[in-house]
Amino acid sequence: MSALSSRLRGAGFVAPALAWTVAFFLLPLAVMALYSVWQRVGMRLVTEPSLANYRAFVEKSYFLESLLNSLEVTLLVTALSVLLAYPLAWILAERVPPRWQRLALVLAVLPFWTSYVVRSYSWLLVLAEGGILSSALTGLGLAAEPVSLANSRAATVIGFVHFFVMLLTLTIYANLVQLPPSYRKAAQDLGAGPLRTFWHVILPLTLPGIMIGAFLTFVLCIGDYITPQILGGNNELLLPQTIMLQIQRRADFPMASALAMVLMAVVTLVYLACARWLKLERV
Amino acid sequence: MRRPSPLASLFAWAYALLLYGFIFAPVLVLVLFSFQESRLPVPPFDGPSLRWYEAMFADRRMMESLGNSLLVAFGAASVSLVLGFLAAYGLARHRIPGRAGLQLILTAPLTVSYLIIAMGLLITFNNLGVARSLWTVGIGHVVINLPLCFAILYSQMGGHQAQIERAARDLGAGEAQVLLLVTVPLLWPALFASFFLAFTFSWDEFLIAFLTSRFDVTLPVEIWSMLRSGLNPQTNAVGSFVFLISVALVLLLDLVVFGRKRR
Repeated sequence: MSALSSRLRGAGFVAPALAWTVAFFLLPLAVMALYSVWQRVGMRLVTEPSLANYRAFVEKSYFLESLLNSLEVTLLVTALSVLLAYPLAWILAERVPPRWQRLALVLAVLPFWTSYVVRSYSWLLVLAEGGILSSALTGLGLAAEPVSLANSRAATVIGFVHFFVMLLTLTIYANLVQLPPSYRKAAQDLGAGPLRTFWHVILPLTLPGIMIGAFLTFVLCIGDYITPQILGGNNELLLPQTIMLQIQRRADFPMASALAMVLMAVVTLVYLACARWLKLERV
Repeated sequence: MRRPSPLASLFAWAYALLLYGFIFAPVLVLVLFSFQESRLPVPPFDGPSLRWYEAMFADRRMMESLGNSLLVAFGAASVSLVLGFLAAYGLARHRIPGRAGLQLILTAPLTVSYLIIAMGLLITFNNLGVARSLWTVGIGHVVINLPLCFAILYSQMGGHQAQIERAARDLGAGEAQVLLLVTVPLLWPALFASFFLAFTFSWDEFLIAFLTSRFDVTLPVEIWSMLRSGLNPQTNAVGSFVFLISVALVLLLDLVVFGRKRR
């Protein structure tokens, strides 16, 4: 096969996927970028380019606050998920006998496969007034009145952490089992106790797994609409909820597009900040 | 290596138990109260009763949306698989200028949130006058699943397979014969895995389906509209049913793909 014909054929194989991605992903992104510099005035679309939507984003506390809420919730969720998942991944990798590890891991992530909408609804069953948690607390005499955590930031965080603990347990576990046991032996032979071994040897070596998981958590969490809408309600809006309000209630696509651009910019910034830990070929 | 102290062991097992409890609590509550007799899925439990499952199967809209979901998931997963496979084969086996750039473009949708993908499609379809339907949902689901299929298959097309393909070519097989008779059989666990992953992702996807559908909706969208009526044991029943299907798919995938590797 000549080099030219190989190139042409290769291009032919890639063309359909490329065409699909360009037509239904890149083009819509470009349309959205264009929309973000247009305005909706009354029911009309004004196609005079201006930065009015971005100015509104900076000036109206309503928009800026939803971004801040999103950042706060996302950072809290990411930190909590890493802190909860790491010990679990460690126990799975170190304490569970090897022949049971697969089963233990499959079990640990089984609820991952529940429908996303249903998973948030399930937490509502636990956290709502009269739900399991409320009944348990009043039954044990720990609370006099029925308690409700639904429609609060706490509920959103719990729902998110539940999802991401499973994800992070997977990525951190995958990293831990790749570590050669000789490293730890070497550290111990050189006189390091378990804590120093962990801090100076294991933790730095598992940092890539942690960072990949944390980055995934951040990206998926800050862009999610379902969990905050079902569990957090409308008391305090996160950025995706504000975007959806612009689309559904107000049909203001230009403003929604500008907010979406802000969301993409935040994710890109975070990616650039973590890029040196995210060797993507290893994912 | 030193043996861990009994106290540390106890602490480790207690922690694991606590986290497993946290992970399983909502699912157990969901399934338990799908068997509730009365109209509220909260304690006290007064079942077991199958009335909400009966209600679910008798609910025509629900069953239609279930059928729609299966249809869209099957279609989107098939298209994603074929396009992803062809692109992976083209990039792995042929010298194409700008390979790194093409890879970047093909996997880019993985880094953008579904909300943004859905919104872009909604605005673009509106502008082009394309009516929202199950077709537009399927198009959106291929956008999110194609990069997944491509990435999985591309990572599996190693040099080992390339040599077998070359041998087939030297023996006179044409490109189509190589693809269908050599590459596909060699790659079939990866092909199967990407199809099922794409299927479950599409089957479960809400935002794109919500924003790009209109009259015919998929199951997650139908469940979403049920949530407006608050806590309802029928939602529990549907949720448990969907969970059962997803778990069955995952176990099937596990058996087929990884089962062969075990003795």
